[in-house]
Amino acid sequence: MNETINKYKEDLEFFDDVMDKYEYIIDLGKKSPLLDEKDKNETNKIKGCQSSVWFVAHKEKDKLFFDTYSDTVIVRGLAFILAQIYSNHSPKEIQSFNREELKILNLDEIISPVRLNGFTSMLNAIYAHAKKEI
Amino acid sequence: MNINTLKNDFPFFKNNKLVYLDSGATAQKPQIVLDSMNEFHKSYCANIHRSAHGLGNKATQEYENARQTVSKFLNAKTKDEIVFTSGATQGINLVAYAYVKEHFKHVIISGLEHHSNIIPWQIIDKSLHVIDFKKDLHVDLEHFESLLKSYPNSFVSLVETSNTFGITHPIKEMIQLARKYGSKVLVDAAQSSVHSAIDVQDLDADFLVLSAHKLYGPTGIGALYIKKDLHEKCKAFQGGGGAIKEVTYEKTVYMPIPYMYEAGTQHIAGAIGFASALEYIRNIGFNLIQKHEQELIAYTNEKLLHVKNLIRYTDTKNATGNISFNIKGIHHYDLGVLLDKQGVQIRVGHHCVQPTMKSLGIKGTVRISFGLYNTKEDIDKFFYALERSIKMLED
Ligand SMILES: Cc1ncc(COP(=O)(O)O)c(C=O)c1O
Repeated sequence: MNETINKYKEDLEFFDDVMDKYEYIIDLGKKSPLLDEKDKNETNKIKGCQSSVWFVAHKEKDKLFFDTYSDTVIVRGLAFILAQIYSNHSPKEIQSFNREELKILNLDEIISPVRLNGFTSMLNAIYAHAKKEI
Repeated sequence: MNINTLKNDFPFFKNNKLVYLDSGATAQKPQIVLDSMNEFHKSYCANIHRSAHGLGNKATQEYENARQTVSKFLNAKTKDEIVFTSGATQGINLVAYAYVKEHFKHVIISGLEHHSNIIPWQIIDKSLHVIDFKKDLHVDLEHFESLLKSYPNSFVSLVETSNTFGITHPIKEMIQLARKYGSKVLVDAAQSSVHSAIDVQDLDADFLVLSAHKLYGPTGIGALYIKKDLHEKCKAFQGGGGAIKEVTYEKTVYMPIPYMYEAGTQHIAGAIGFASALEYIRNIGFNLIQKHEQELIAYTNEKLLHVKNLIRYTDTKNATGNISFNIKGIHHYDLGVLLDKQGVQIRVGHHCVQPTMKSLGIKGTVRISFGLYNTKEDIDKFFYALERSIKMLED
């Protein structure tokens, strides 16, 4: 997970201007794979987000994979980053990973205080799912 | 007076370079408002209606002068028709609890109401009836009349100008109609009061609410107008110091309105600041304000015509202060974030009118709202930032 975090950290640090950082995140949002319409249901919806965010997990062998979608493209980009960081890891690995390590991404600069709640809810959903799978 | 230099009266704009197009949420405050509040705290801070000493008298006098100023601003008959509240929200809740709860079964509202004119009626458990709006969001007066016919003697509570769409209801005509069916009427003038003069006698309103912070005054203070004829029918709302003639363990004899509703130490500095904001508006005059704001709106509408994939919800002619729109295929939150990062303050979301959004089948809009300090240059900057944001967001 640290490896993926570092990759995004380098990418984001490459841009000095905050608008360029947004451009990068929007780009990720646009490229992030679409969820099936049937998965965009109430069960998969993350509570606590200002905008609608859906979150689907599946297991392949021992590893968890996450797919996310949001109706706003910026959140879609941010959710995509999170999904990439946590995907392809075992539930145990996820659970023992300290979420404080995400701080080096400096996402606070990008997420407004209101949306920070949503971001936390998304993280909670990932950890809750990992716990359930252990 | 040069309307284009009024920005200089507002310290907010000296302290930052933001383009502020969110006055519908709260307006910036001119220096004289801050000074008047400061002066109270610095020179004659004392409690009102209580102390025998001179400072208390001075504070009481200024507070009561402020009531007089609000009264004049609304052209009330007497100043005791004006109750200071914490804002429009408290005003509506007060009327719900102290008057409507006991005397009415049905409440009729428009389809464009702020949550603060919906929830209080639910709290007191009234049947709520909502007037339809037409395709262009203007009120359907025939439907209004049919509701009045079905539920005569109901309470009618109407926003004058919609906070989201800037649509202004034909409020005088609606009050006259309501009268025919024995209704009493509350007017929510939280948005309209900053754009045009209000005359409660001419309107023949029974109740009317204001929020000072949308009128270039401080937050945490507002006013409720209660027509004198209804004072006897209104019962106590909150009990406490200052609102009473006599208290025994058995019972309380209240002071008359407005004092009955001003229990506890009031926002004295707020009332003083509120009054100086109203004086500020009066000195400029609504003629000049309206001319300026209409120019800004016309200029904005003209520019909106050139925005690709724009969705408007109402006609452009009759907007007062606020304009709402969406861009097809783009989420309003994304626009809000990118505009904010470019130093343009607007509001996105449901604007506290979720039921209206639901009837339109949308989650929210982008709203721009104007204050008297805005200039065409602000609007140019807004459109520059908007175009840049759209380019980044479109597929
Ligand atoms: C039309 C309308 N009514 C009521 C309110 C509530 O005002 P306040 O929050 O100042 O009590 C607002 C504030 O946005 C409003 O726009």
